Amino acid sequence: MNQGRNLFRTLVLILGFAFLYIPIVSLIVYSFNSSRLVTVWGGFSTKWYGALLQNDQILNAAFLSLKVAAISATLAVVLGTLAGLVLARFGPFKGRTLLSGLTTAPLVMPEVITGLSLLLLFVTMEQIIGWPAGRGITTIVISHITLTMAFVTVVVQSRLSQMDDSLEEAAMDLGARPHKVFFLITLPIIAPALMSGWLLAFTLSLDDLVITSFVAGPGSSTLPMVIFSKVRLGVSPDINALATILVAIVAVGVAIAGIMMSRQQKQKERDAQMALAANQQMIESVKKG
Amino acid sequence: MKSVLKRLGLDGRSVVTAVPYLWLLLFFLIPFVIVLKISFSTSQIAMPPYEPLLHWAGDKVLQIKLNLGNFAFLVEDDLYWKAYLNSIWVASVSTFFCLLLGYPIAYAIARSNPSARNILMLLIVLPFWTSFLLRVYAWIGILKNNGLLNNFLIWIGAIDQPIQMLQTDFAVYVGIVYSYLPFMILPLYANLEKMDLTLLEAAADLGCRPWQGFLKVTLPLSLPGVRAGCLLVFIPAVGEFVIPSLLGDPGMLMIGKVLWTEFFNNRDWPVASAVAIVLLLFLVIPMMYFQRAQDAEAGGVHR
Repeated sequence: MNQGRNLFRTLVLILGFAFLYIPIVSLIVYSFNSSRLVTVWGGFSTKWYGALLQNDQILNAAFLSLKVAAISATLAVVLGTLAGLVLARFGPFKGRTLLSGLTTAPLVMPEVITGLSLLLLFVTMEQIIGWPAGRGITTIVISHITLTMAFVTVVVQSRLSQMDDSLEEAAMDLGARPHKVFFLITLPIIAPALMSGWLLAFTLSLDDLVITSFVAGPGSSTLPMVIFSKVRLGVSPDINALATILVAIVAVGVAIAGIMMSRQQKQKERDAQMALAANQQMIESVKKG
Repeated sequence: MKSVLKRLGLDGRSVVTAVPYLWLLLFFLIPFVIVLKISFSTSQIAMPPYEPLLHWAGDKVLQIKLNLGNFAFLVEDDLYWKAYLNSIWVASVSTFFCLLLGYPIAYAIARSNPSARNILMLLIVLPFWTSFLLRVYAWIGILKNNGLLNNFLIWIGAIDQPIQMLQTDFAVYVGIVYSYLPFMILPLYANLEKMDLTLLEAAADLGCRPWQGFLKVTLPLSLPGVRAGCLLVFIPAVGEFVIPSLLGDPGMLMIGKVLWTEFFNNRDWPVASAVAIVLLLFLVIPMMYFQRAQDAEAGGVHR
């Protein structure tokens, strides 16, 4: 009985992961294919990587995308942390439901709607106050912040609601001002959540096509926009090379994060053991005394 | 918590609340009001390509010109309502298949050994960290006529002629299920993982067979996860643009594509706005459900 269930579980996992990973593996394998036909094997070659590095259009777009992603992720973390703090710690207040709705709606809102509405906002603002003048990196960054701060808010809010607030209360009781409590107690504890929120925001910003297409101006084509206009015409081997580079970066990043996390975990366990041992000693000395 | 709130002082609190609040009001809520406004205006060849709603006609007479023509247009031309219905249909079918695939996977992971669970979940979300656009692109190489899948099927002798798979509805379903599967698995796993397994033992003690235990205990208890997962897939899938344009038939009617075409190709901003407003009306109820589920999950006001 148990064996049957184990077999079922293994089978489900193998099929599930095959479905998730075969497309990615196929991208990587065919990036080393010398044939232009992508799926017809013509021998091993790294020439598409060379072609990619000489494609100024792609390189410029990649640079712009990285810049936009870094700025928007950073600002999204600041705003998302504030929103998460308000939702998790400030209890019920007037307008809380609206705020909570405004932070969850961007998670599921179809991007064509968000993109169109942001563009119309920018055009109207330009008519009324003359800012932002035209469309470009500013409008893209504002849009990406709005989209990605929702994800940061969710991450921070769920971390804060899991966190024991007795530490914060203790600091308050000892006379710390609220901002001091936040910077000295809350922030260090939720730092890993902020880090993953930042990475999530960075990735989403780097990847966004639809909203960006609406709010980008001439001359501010991001990487996804360039990729989209290329792959619309069919498969192209240098895009496979680009995908492989992205996958490699993600894999390295995840490996580093994994190692750091397991180290932290071990350190925590060690600390807990030491604390336990110290506690034991204290109890014994009290008993003796 | 009350004492903490009192000591926080209202000033710092209001500032901390106001900053994200104002940002979201300005860049998320007000834009919808503008979309609504422009959906009532008339298209014109200028920049921006629509006529103002309000203008001063002579002395101190404010004229409001509401043009309902865009909405009438959406009703008259059957292209639009066909696109809405088709999008809802495609999103529903894809959500169903996501659930069908995602539930066993989430279940298998949640019942794995605790040390393996985190690694398996990491593997589920990992593809999400690589570009969505490139993962959809990968399916072009798999599904096209001389692509991987056709070559494989010919090689094992299942077919002699390649089957047309790219640019069909099938390809769009595969694309949506593939891209949104992690969004289905995440809430399902979160739910199944924290389930109290002693309930199943109790059911077994009372004479339930394992499959009965699953149907009568596990499945009903996992419904909140099912609901959250389905909404997380369904709502964005209705407005999906990238997947139908890369994998689907060029003539396939999806409302996200229609909106895109109205905006970028026809440059008809008022009609594009009307399309967005009607789409939003379709989605507002599932979105409110999602918001409530999300808030309960994130543990908002339970203090």
